[in-house]
Amino acid sequence: MSATAKSLTLHLGLLAVLLALQFVLPAYHHGNLARIMVLASYAVGYNILFGYTGLLSLGHALFFAAGMYGMGLTIQHAGFTPAPALIVGILAGAVVAAGLALLALRTTGVAFLIVTLMFAQAGYLTILYFGEYTRGDEGFVIQAFDRMLWGIDLSNPENRYFAAWGLFAVCLLICLRLVRAPFGKTLVAIRENEERVRMLGYNTFAHKLGAMVISGTISAAAGAFYGLLFGYAGASFASVQYSIFPLLWVLLGGAGTVLGPFVGTLFMFYLIDLSSGITTAYLLIVGLALVLLTLFAPQGLTGELRRRVWRWLP
Amino acid sequence: MTLLSTRGLSKHFDGLKAVTDVDFDLNEGEVRALIGPNGAGKTTLVGMICGRIPPSSGRVAFDGADITALPAHKRILRGMAYTFQITSVFARLPAAENVALAARRRLQGEAVEAAVDEALGRVGLLDRRDEEAGNLSYGHQRLLEIAMGLVQRPRLLILDEPTQGLADSEIDAFKALIRELSAEATILLIEHNMSVVMETADRVTVLNFGEVLAEGTPAEIHANDAVQAAYLGTG
Amino acid sequence: MELGPYILLASLEGAVTAAVLALTAVGLSLVFGVMRVVNIAHGEFFMLGAVIAWFVAQTVGGHPALGFVAALVIAPLVVGGIAAAADMTILKRLDYDPERTIVATIGLLYIIQQLTLMTYGPEARPVEAPFNQRLALPWFEWGEEGFEFYFPWGLSTTTYKLAVIVAAGVVLVGVWLMMARTRIGLLMRATQADRDMALAFGIPVERVYALVFGIGAALAALAAVLIVPIQQAHYLMGADPLLLSFIVVIIGGLGSLPGTVVAAIFIGLSDGIISVFFSPTLAKILATLLVGLVLVFRPQGLFGTRSS
Repeated sequence: MSATAKSLTLHLGLLAVLLALQFVLPAYHHGNLARIMVLASYAVGYNILFGYTGLLSLGHALFFAAGMYGMGLTIQHAGFTPAPALIVGILAGAVVAAGLALLALRTTGVAFLIVTLMFAQAGYLTILYFGEYTRGDEGFVIQAFDRMLWGIDLSNPENRYFAAWGLFAVCLLICLRLVRAPFGKTLVAIRENEERVRMLGYNTFAHKLGAMVISGTISAAAGAFYGLLFGYAGASFASVQYSIFPLLWVLLGGAGTVLGPFVGTLFMFYLIDLSSGITTAYLLIVGLALVLLTLFAPQGLTGELRRRVWRWLP
Repeated sequence: MTLLSTRGLSKHFDGLKAVTDVDFDLNEGEVRALIGPNGAGKTTLVGMICGRIPPSSGRVAFDGADITALPAHKRILRGMAYTFQITSVFARLPAAENVALAARRRLQGEAVEAAVDEALGRVGLLDRRDEEAGNLSYGHQRLLEIAMGLVQRPRLLILDEPTQGLADSEIDAFKALIRELSAEATILLIEHNMSVVMETADRVTVLNFGEVLAEGTPAEIHANDAVQAAYLGTG
Repeated sequence: MELGPYILLASLEGAVTAAVLALTAVGLSLVFGVMRVVNIAHGEFFMLGAVIAWFVAQTVGGHPALGFVAALVIAPLVVGGIAAAADMTILKRLDYDPERTIVATIGLLYIIQQLTLMTYGPEARPVEAPFNQRLALPWFEWGEEGFEFYFPWGLSTTTYKLAVIVAAGVVLVGVWLMMARTRIGLLMRATQADRDMALAFGIPVERVYALVFGIGAALAALAAVLIVPIQQAHYLMGADPLLLSFIVVIIGGLGSLPGTVVAAIFIGLSDGIISVFFSPTLAKILATLLVGLVLVFRPQGLFGTRSS
């Protein structure tokens, strides 16, 4: 089997399994997996910029929140229905990503990280400042009757799972297509040696801009879906923590692999779930995981798998 | 026909004059060697030609058009190819992918793989196409760089100290390759190895302290006293 | 209170903030200047200083001054020791790679923060100041009979707050003297200027790094001990100092100590004064945007050199 066929089988197979699980999982895990798939989509978006292009951002919560609030505010205050609201959320993410990219891509490395962090912080604080509309940290609930997408009630667990699955499938396949296309391969080369790529005749700024916009748009889509499917928008999703989580998930699962984000999100979700039973300080686990990963396994789970066993893994 | 020319090209770094007022003309089909002692400004001059380094003053023209304001990647697209002085391949990617990246600027789809194999074949690396570039020997990495330059089918190929660190047998193979290539591209060669210069260059430009010291055929330069003094020092 | 006295009051409060901020930011700046790493856990070292101060004050008992002085010595030493240990076990292994260090220090942030939550708990607890006399301040004005002064009600500060400002100033001078005049300061500056050369000269760069990391953390802890009688000790109190130190160091210029101090004074004072006119949230928004824009358009800050 060629590498292409192998990877298609693997990825489509995973999607098929996830879809099938819809019918067999008990309610608790069913709800978890829906959440995981949406968050994994966020991680997929983050991975495009971090894992493939090599740009470490600490500001992706800005995009996630742009999607969430773009969707939520138009439903809450402008009476939009879910479908247009989702589109507004996704577009908001794209615009914010493009704007931030034009500024932040003038810097590299640590400066880039701090710039993204600062703008995301400003975004979080702005949400708090306009608390009149956004209800700040407390957030607002999006009522069930506002969450009827084309007659389908999204607060119903089965529909919700299917919608989450749909989002994840689309994001996963976009990522797969992207990394195997010339654009994606150029991004990887930029990560490895940007100056060399420039001297091969590529406009590396345009490539990085494109990567950041795609990354931000997918992150915003995840944010919009998360708010819609779970009926809540709150400022905590714009805080630094929600910029650190996708970094953690991607590092754990394997940066620069298509499946890594999902593996990392799944693993971390259940790791925190299990440790929440033992202590309320689950962030301790997050901290330990970050330190141990960066010390001993920077390639992450899927990354190690690719390095040692399945070299064809995209 | 003049393919490349510079007029008054200069570069100052905080008071240090790296390159001063260089007028340089390169004819199409020529093999030109750029030589000079260490620190003479060769890499800086070439950097300004291909766009890596912005000039402090002066102009650069390529193929009849003024490219002074053009960013590096656009100059490459116009037909320049540049290989780095310090080997700059993509170490974690296979050799074939290294060359493919260079080829994709010009070709799409299946044509890419064919061009990659052809370029690798010409430098003798075809049997190592799937090896990680970082695992290749130093000499092979330099050949990979040349393959990356070749596959772009450039009009001007700029090679920055391509034989540095190569074994004698590898250098001989390189000389043959240059003679072959000179039929299809104009070549600008920064070199320290005099036998390579003597045996491959049509003309030689000598740089010293950022200025053009002398220009002529290899034999003329070899006999030039000022050049000898620059390399060996006076007194 | 009228506007004039009000602004004086805000300035005094701002001066206290600036003093503590200067100490904390200098710690961060020192680490970046010498080691070229960004320590995201810096705010947690600050918090640890405050929490340890509380523990020490509780244990020592008796007159508050005793506990306070003990804390002033113990907290920075303990926190500095923890930081040096973290450097030797974690950061050194990462070879001080900028991005991996940042990820590791984020992890360290969570570890320290949550361990504190688990041991110290979620409450905010006060520490008593060693002395705390209220000082009424005069306000001068040109009146009908010429120059006159009076004591506006509410315009006051405390002896302790003044002492904080003085103490911070003394410590900063001490740090400057250490960097400029002592042998260890020379080693640090040499390592900062050219790490490879320093190695070639036999300077134990790795031990210098551990020391610098420890001193940076100790400065933050010291600042926290100074501020804890005014604020209270709480496990989340590291977030604001971290953000503010960042702002100060970036605007002042990464690696430039004088720039850091000037920026701290500027930001500490303006934070106090701007909060009089604008909401604190808006002030923070403007501050974070300013930092982002400075990094994009003038990365050397106001005083730093272009090299970094």
